[in-house]
Amino acid sequence: MKKTLFDKIWESHIVKEITGGPSILYIDRHYIHEVTSPQAFSDLDRRGLKVFRPAQTFATCDHNVPTLNQHLPLKDPSSKIPIETLAENTFRHGILYFPLQDSHNGVVHIIGPELGLTACGMTIVCGDSHTSTHGAFGNIAFGIGTSEVEMVLATQSILQFKPKQMLINVNGKLTKGVCAKDLILHIIAKLGTSAGTGYFIEFSGDTISSLSMEERMTICNMSIEMGARGALIAPDETTFSYLQGKEFASKNEEWNESIKMWKLLKSDEDAQFETVYDFNAEEVEPMITYGTNPGMGISINEVIPQNAKDRNVFSKALTYMGFVQGEKIIGKKIDYVFLGSCTNGRIEDFRAFASIVKGRKKHPDITAWLVPGSNGVLRAIEEEGIGDTLREAGFEIREPGCSACLAMNEDKVPSGKYCVSTSNRNFEGRQGPGARTLLAGPLVAAAAAINGVITDPRIYLIS
Amino acid sequence: MSFEKFTELISEAIILPVDNIDTDQIIPARFLKTTTRKDFGKNLFYDWRYDLNGEPIESFILNNPYNKGRILVAGNNFGCGSSREHAAWALYDYGFRAVISTFFADIFKNNALNNGLLPVQVSRVFFQKIVDNPHSLIDINLPLQSVTIISAAESEPFEINTYKKECLINGFDDIDFLLSNLNEIEKHEKYKNANRL
Repeated sequence: MKKTLFDKIWESHIVKEITGGPSILYIDRHYIHEVTSPQAFSDLDRRGLKVFRPAQTFATCDHNVPTLNQHLPLKDPSSKIPIETLAENTFRHGILYFPLQDSHNGVVHIIGPELGLTACGMTIVCGDSHTSTHGAFGNIAFGIGTSEVEMVLATQSILQFKPKQMLINVNGKLTKGVCAKDLILHIIAKLGTSAGTGYFIEFSGDTISSLSMEERMTICNMSIEMGARGALIAPDETTFSYLQGKEFASKNEEWNESIKMWKLLKSDEDAQFETVYDFNAEEVEPMITYGTNPGMGISINEVIPQNAKDRNVFSKALTYMGFVQGEKIIGKKIDYVFLGSCTNGRIEDFRAFASIVKGRKKHPDITAWLVPGSNGVLRAIEEEGIGDTLREAGFEIREPGCSACLAMNEDKVPSGKYCVSTSNRNFEGRQGPGARTLLAGPLVAAAAAINGVITDPRIYLIS
Repeated sequence: MSFEKFTELISEAIILPVDNIDTDQIIPARFLKTTTRKDFGKNLFYDWRYDLNGEPIESFILNNPYNKGRILVAGNNFGCGSSREHAAWALYDYGFRAVISTFFADIFKNNALNNGLLPVQVSRVFFQKIVDNPHSLIDINLPLQSVTIISAAESEPFEINTYKKECLINGFDDIDFLLSNLNEIEKHEKYKNANRL
């Protein structure tokens, strides 16, 4: 029987199969943060249980944190309490925690790979839907709810039904000025936000193989936006060279052994998938969303569609966004730009943004939030001189956190204002009550930040 | 998480026929800051229920006392987006015990089942019949796996996994089940370590 990569990892992590029910799936790595873990710990206490395998859980605070003056005491008590609760819970249960100001602190899906805590062939969960990010290394990685966080804390296992499997092949070369974010927004726009529900996706094809690890993470990160539990990409030399030497990655002889195992992590030829899609990367253009779900995306030079499939959703979204069908999106005035999040808060995203703004100036009407995904990313920004480039162009670099992606901290876009955001969701109110979000990649965000209006970033790349 | 046992629910429904209701709408992120599972119901659908000054928006269905019931009927792809279990807690705390939709997002469905909130997936045709009979009592019978619009005398069966059904009927949760399998879990760990998996 031919097996997919997903089958192979799944089968090697099954503790027990239950007739007519879910399987007990063993979890190698568990990431926790301050928002979806407190109730899991208090329920564990209520039952008088300990954390079963504390060395396999790692904690960071990211969702709630301010992105300025992290060295000062937290002002907002409602942010302070969850963060302090996480510190207490992790200390009490012997879990390694990277608090604010720690050199390892950052957004959970940025630091896992950056520190080498995420490797290959693993099962990884976190109480956050964008856990799919870690699938870029050939892992079964998916988001869970708080009850499931408690299950993993108590038993290092979870009950899961085996999902259906989808293969998305992408071939061809991405054209200049088009990035991984554009590719995934293109795919979601074509397939819709529920096409992946019930599925785990494998991304494959020469385009995917040619992507860097950071680009692959952007793709897997947003697979949840088409409804999938997660996505994965078979590991290859790019994966291994990214992980080699990372702080928590295996070393020496153990590393060599790991590589041998990881090289086996791929789908058998002719393995069966329930659904298969093919995409041509050459057709992808810089993308932007115009509506209130990530599937409402268009190429930047297209007009807002006139014949949407779903009239109700479509007109509700356009009313919320203040847009009219058939009008151009390019040239629309915007107010805010957000560079960051687990989708686009890594060093390559800052390099891309800087490549456009270098030698230019931020538009005076734009408020820009440039939020590195971790302290590691922040250090790299300064070491590479990107910080100077950005400051010369009039930008300020903030401290790491989820920030305006979900606006749990102070970084909220005011009602009615437009924000070009490199994050992953443009839902109503996601960036603050009444905020209007346009999802895009770092190049489109940079072009908007200097021009004050939605702009095709490729005009800055010709020279 | 302990929850009320679920066998049969007969109630009017609150009908919110909007597709793709994401968990940010069910409970906006800024209300996730508490460390308990309590009191999320008051912020359920907050940005649809209240205006920017915190005043109730009259046209929103939950603000009309004429509409009542412990069943929420919502459009396709309900609960997409963030994994926040707070969405299920908010619906439960508000008083809902079941959600009827033509399609549920994966993580939400799990979260609901883990908290005694029954997700009932129905056909588009049956969904429309519920919408057309807005104040009919609806009978959700879990042991029989059937949903009935009482005034229209229309029924449809619904799917639920046998294991999850037993858990809901008996008020059991998954942790008890997993804990009873700790020996197997340790055996699996030993096997993995021995084989460097």
